[in-house]
Amino acid sequence: MHIVVCIKQVPASNKVDVDPVTGVLKRSGTESKMNPYDLYALETALRIREQAGGEITAVTMGPDQARTVLREAFAMGADHGVLLSDRRFAGADVLATSRALSQAIRRLGGFDLILTGKQTTDGDTAQVGPEISEWLNIPCAANVRGIEQLREGDITVRMELPDAVEISRIAFPCLLSVDKDIFMPRLPSYLRKKASADREITVWSLDDMSDTDPEHYGLSGSPTQVQRIFPPEPHGDRELWTGDAPALTQRLFDRLSDMKFI
Amino acid sequence: MNYKAFDSCDLDFIRSAVSDPARVLFGDALAEEYSHDELGGASSRPDVVVQIVSAREASAVMAYANTQHIPVTPRGAGTGLVGASVAMAHGIMLDTTLMNHILEIDEDNLTVTVEPGVLLMELAAAVEAQGLFYPPDPGEKSATIGGNISTNAGGMRAVKYGVTRDYVHTLEVVLPNGKIVEFGGKVAKSSSGYALKDLMVGSEGTLGLITRATLRLLPLPRKTISLLVPFPTMAQAIRTVPVIVRSRAVPTAIEFMNRNVIEDAENYLGKKFPDKQSDAYLLLKFDGETTEEIEAEYESVAQICLEQGALDVLISDTEERDETIWKARGAFLEAIKGSTTYMDEADMVVPRKSVGEMVEYLHSLSEAVGIRIKSFGHAGDGNLHAYILKDDLTEEQWETRMHQAMDLIYEKARALGGHVSGEHGIGWAKKPYLKDSVPEENLELMRGIKHAFDPNWILNPGKIF
Repeated sequence: MHIVVCIKQVPASNKVDVDPVTGVLKRSGTESKMNPYDLYALETALRIREQAGGEITAVTMGPDQARTVLREAFAMGADHGVLLSDRRFAGADVLATSRALSQAIRRLGGFDLILTGKQTTDGDTAQVGPEISEWLNIPCAANVRGIEQLREGDITVRMELPDAVEISRIAFPCLLSVDKDIFMPRLPSYLRKKASADREITVWSLDDMSDTDPEHYGLSGSPTQVQRIFPPEPHGDRELWTGDAPALTQRLFDRLSDMKFI
Repeated sequence: MNYKAFDSCDLDFIRSAVSDPARVLFGDALAEEYSHDELGGASSRPDVVVQIVSAREASAVMAYANTQHIPVTPRGAGTGLVGASVAMAHGIMLDTTLMNHILEIDEDNLTVTVEPGVLLMELAAAVEAQGLFYPPDPGEKSATIGGNISTNAGGMRAVKYGVTRDYVHTLEVVLPNGKIVEFGGKVAKSSSGYALKDLMVGSEGTLGLITRATLRLLPLPRKTISLLVPFPTMAQAIRTVPVIVRSRAVPTAIEFMNRNVIEDAENYLGKKFPDKQSDAYLLLKFDGETTEEIEAEYESVAQICLEQGALDVLISDTEERDETIWKARGAFLEAIKGSTTYMDEADMVVPRKSVGEMVEYLHSLSEAVGIRIKSFGHAGDGNLHAYILKDDLTEEQWETRMHQAMDLIYEKARALGGHVSGEHGIGWAKKPYLKDSVPEENLELMRGIKHAFDPNWILNPGKIF
């Protein structure tokens, strides 16, 4: 089985402040990491490979330093890495990003399964995965929280949706966008890191795509224009309850249930 | 020692001595929690609890108790494990948890001044927000700093950074006679008479009540990386520790853990641990300014581990990964507690080169005595935690076997040149073992010090010796 996993490099810290005047993201520090949701996608790929055999190719789009996340994928067990890097890819929204990734996957060819994380921690749109499946014209399942069964030609997955749990059997080739906690991601291995230190990473530019029209990529291929980014208004709403402990406990329980925290 | 029984006149005085009588807990208002600590081995109800808010209030109550010969027991969050904060002789309990203000972060001298009821997690958050770092890191983050100073708490960064004692600059203390004194100072050096401040650290509330502490801080390391190292056997894992120490590498922590404790933590937290390939693990942590700097530092340690037979070296280099590992590590005590009906613990510390022998002894003991024993701990500094579990034993079997196991554990630790407690203290529960392991001359000196501070022995009586 050939599995493709799409991964992204994101800022290491989740603490991103927004300048309230300019709306510019103030990212603290220059450290970066693999998007935490993608760790679940990669782990899912590794578990499927353990069962069905085959190879895993990690694909990412970004500047040259995004090689780091491909190296990390190798240290977790991925076999191959592809980096899409071209200034003309820069500034891409979800549509342009999914188009570029789908072009790369098409060029790789011969895949059975594409795995993506549900969303990224810096964009949080959760759209790129399903959009890739649209470009490739293959079925897609999102919010996948479990693998029920893996067979020669198909996979049965459990999707946890807001109001329902849906179990579906999907024929290969297909795309799964996985939710967190589907499996606990393994840690990168020092031994694999050393063993893969010299492994080559395939780097593709726009010229390597079958669609080479620059208007389809990057900022110019992005219909989404960000108008303004602003921090949400904090609100200090609070209530003070008094009464005896059992009644207050029940009230708190009811409120938390209503708010769906429990 | 004869103490005066607490009566309504005493209650009246105490109510008059504090600004808000609602902070004097008596009768039904006195919650059951005040009768024990985290482990429940020592149990005794104080006559009254005073939630003090200032040194002045503590002073008034203490001076009164001293003249009346009423016992006084200081208490923080009650997270201790040896009964040090339990009022074994009843009397007055001084609860410091409302004195929970961070008074000053001094960025020129790199110090923080706090009241004793500030919780360890609050202290860490406050100083880290300023790019500063309070290194002592016990597993129990909801302990108060006053309690940490009183037990000279150690924790998981002791290998590189030392223990609480190394970070205490100044203490404001209310003496048993009610006088408010200050020990130490914001100075980096001192050769000025007996180090009274150091006597207070680890004195388990028997010499004075800490009402303010100035603690030394360090710049916050920008980055940490942990290595989780699976070994085929615990013996191999532990044998690797002295080799790492000899190599002059300085990780902040070297912990050991085995799979059954990890599984307890998984069940307790409802979260999976990121690796299950082995029964035995070492967990190391490194800190520094950049990923590259730390990678260069851990490289040699990773090589040592592999040469010693490690199956792999797993790298935790992000907040999410660290959380999956260290949250489990921090929950071990509670997790083990949740896996059995009742338990008792031993917190011995042995010379670092003897850790392997001690761990292997604990393993063999479990079978020899017929009782389940779980252990984990700070392999890098020789401080081990052994938990003896009651499970389905009858009360009688439990008492016999637990005491037999305890005696053997402490005897072995002593034979290896170890001490009764590495960081939890002696309190009430470990007194017999201290007595057996410390020469009478030393105990006599300790009693003399106690007498100099507290001639009427009103403060936390029945503890340590």
